[in-house]
Amino acid sequence: MSRPLTIRDLPREERFAPGHRMCQGCGAAILMRHITKAVPKDTIITQATGCVEVTTTLYPETAWKHPWIHVAFENAAAVASGVEAALKALKRKGVIPESKDVKVLSMGGDGGTFDIGIQALSGMLERGHDVLYIVYDNEAYMNTGIQRSGATPFGAWTTTTPVGKVWRGEWRRKKDIISIALAHRVPYVATVNPAFLPDLYEKIRKALSIKGPKLIHAFSPCVPGWRYEPELTIAIAKMAVFTGVWVNYEVENGEFRVTTPVPKRKPVEEYLKLQGRFRHLTAQEISEIQKYVDEQVEHINKLAGKVVIGPVER
Amino acid sequence: MKHKVPLSGNSAVAYAVKAMDVDVVSAYPITPQTTIVEKIAEFVANGELDAKVIHVESEHSALSAAVGASATGARIFTASSSQGIALMYEIMFIASSMRLPIVMTIATRALSAPINIWNDHSDFMAVSDTGWVMMMAENNQEAHDDVVLAYRIAEDPRVLLPVATALDGFFMTHTIEPIEVISREEGLEFAPKKKTWYTLDPDNPVTMGALGDPNWYFEFKKQQYEALKNSRTVFDEAVKEFEKKFGRSYGPVEYFGNEDAEVVLVAMGHVSGNIKAFIEKTSAGNVGLLRVKLYRPFPEDLIVKHLENAEIVGVIDRALVPGSPYGGPLYSDVIVTLSKNNLSKKVVDFIAGLGGRPVTLGHIKNIVEKLEELKLKPQKDLPKEPLFVGVRE
Ligand SMILES: Cc1ncc(C[n+]2csc(CCOP(=O)(O)OP(=O)(O)O)c2C)c(N)n1
Ligand code: SF4
Ligand SMILES: [Mg+2]
Repeated sequence: MSRPLTIRDLPREERFAPGHRMCQGCGAAILMRHITKAVPKDTIITQATGCVEVTTTLYPETAWKHPWIHVAFENAAAVASGVEAALKALKRKGVIPESKDVKVLSMGGDGGTFDIGIQALSGMLERGHDVLYIVYDNEAYMNTGIQRSGATPFGAWTTTTPVGKVWRGEWRRKKDIISIALAHRVPYVATVNPAFLPDLYEKIRKALSIKGPKLIHAFSPCVPGWRYEPELTIAIAKMAVFTGVWVNYEVENGEFRVTTPVPKRKPVEEYLKLQGRFRHLTAQEISEIQKYVDEQVEHINKLAGKVVIGPVER
Repeated sequence: MKHKVPLSGNSAVAYAVKAMDVDVVSAYPITPQTTIVEKIAEFVANGELDAKVIHVESEHSALSAAVGASATGARIFTASSSQGIALMYEIMFIASSMRLPIVMTIATRALSAPINIWNDHSDFMAVSDTGWVMMMAENNQEAHDDVVLAYRIAEDPRVLLPVATALDGFFMTHTIEPIEVISREEGLEFAPKKKTWYTLDPDNPVTMGALGDPNWYFEFKKQQYEALKNSRTVFDEAVKEFEKKFGRSYGPVEYFGNEDAEVVLVAMGHVSGNIKAFIEKTSAGNVGLLRVKLYRPFPEDLIVKHLENAEIVGVIDRALVPGSPYGGPLYSDVIVTLSKNNLSKKVVDFIAGLGGRPVTLGHIKNIVEKLEELKLKPQKDLPKEPLFVGVRE
């Protein structure tokens, strides 16, 4: 086996130009930079409304060196369906040479994917379009000022789940987008994290080598939305993995594989305490979140058929 | 004379889509539009049309996919009605502002509630300010020809806007008439496929659908406004050449009857056929019909030209805007046009045939009689509200 890929092996070429208006330390900015390193130059991108779209395309400037289109909030997957169908039709009719391999990448935030865009996404996955869909999940509607979404985790403060005398932040658990994607029998789904860039790179390359619809769920820390200092983005992304809050894995044609095993987990508190959005949580609420994480880890280990994410070590 | 084929309005539209060698079709079923897409699916299934059909899960996605496909450089067709058009509303504005030459056929139908699958112009009128070129046919031949005209206009570099063609639900979509079908060769000669717009090309990457802040948004809108206005010239050129090639002549409006008729009705769609029959059979040369075919851009010059000499004008509106100062949208367009041109005219609005209630010869007779009566009254005594035709009180 060849030696594992390191960050130094990633392409030098930048197709996500600097000078955009994303916040310092934005997890999504790191993701976009490295996603565009992983996809080939001949990739058309369709993007949903949201932080990434708004901050990277203020006319007459653009951060995108790819052909890129934004239409609305809830339809990035439908637009991608149209792009993909057009490429196929135009190839068949000889307008685009048969030899030209053009990939289609579609991206949206958690709001544009889990919530308002779920119908367009489901249609795209079900119809079998040859599209890679990447959801960058910052766990709320950040562009409009940190409102909760179906991806907001239990306990998180947002501007629409504030902490008051009655409410204690978000009281429902995060939607499981991977299971939803898998229910469409897609050939490839994976999770990625900006603290594990070689893993991200390899998964995107692999996804694009597979025909059909693919979904990648990307962990995307948000400085103002999660209330932390900009230099902590990678530390938080790592801690999410070390606590089992986030698990890097892939499911290729039904085969499940954890790509970042964690033999010994840290308590979830280590992750929560880095972020202001969880500052109000009581010990009891934290233990409830720990229970949810334990449940998730148990499920993952069951899918893996062995213990890949170990027990909590205090 | 060319051989004629008996076709429903919807089949006539589908044959035109075939003649245009459309590359991508993305549409969602809704009555009365459905059989357009079924017929197209049949063509594709039989290998008569080489197109990718996207079986979208909603009209919102139908138009979104159309935007994506058009932005990639494909010739694209979609069609819908009523609730489907309402669901597309958001993307209709965007398709126009992104200057994509999408062609859509609207099989006109009432909007819910109450849910109603029958014909009126509520859907068509509800989207008349979304920045599309819009036209409405009177018969199936015209519905067929309009689709061919639409691609020619939409893809013209002076326009680059989406075009909606319309035909009346059931009265046309499901009614069979003899049609001269345009072949693929003829169609492509009239509206050849040329790459006239920016596309998503990896060799020449562009960003489409960027954020336009207060420094730029306004200029985009002004350009879109100009393009829609200029589409009239392109429309005029297109119908002229169409007549040369196919022998059928169309204009932004059609006038029927005596040019110096005192009473002139303004109408759109199939109802015009009944009005023509009434004029031919009953009226003693004192009634004329001004049928509006091109609704956006509104042909103000021709409205003025044909209404200038009328004593009284009756507008037949097949849609209603509650709470507005005008009632019917067509009436509002006519009134504004006349007033801009300093023509103080007696104009009365008639709301007729909502939700598929037929507008009969009897109704038309009543309308004309009412106008004859109001003609003698001073302008200040005209009704201040629309008159409802054929509705129970
Ligand atoms: C139909 C529609 N509804 C609401 C909005 C307002 N809106 C724009 S972006 C956004 C939230 C985006 O959230 P998400 O998809 O999670 O992306 P993020 O901004 O967090 O990156 C909302 C609510 C819109 N643009 N369109
Ligand atoms: S608000 Fe959050 S997601 Fe948006 S640019 Fe800033 S850090 Fe990134
Ligand atoms: Mg978000």
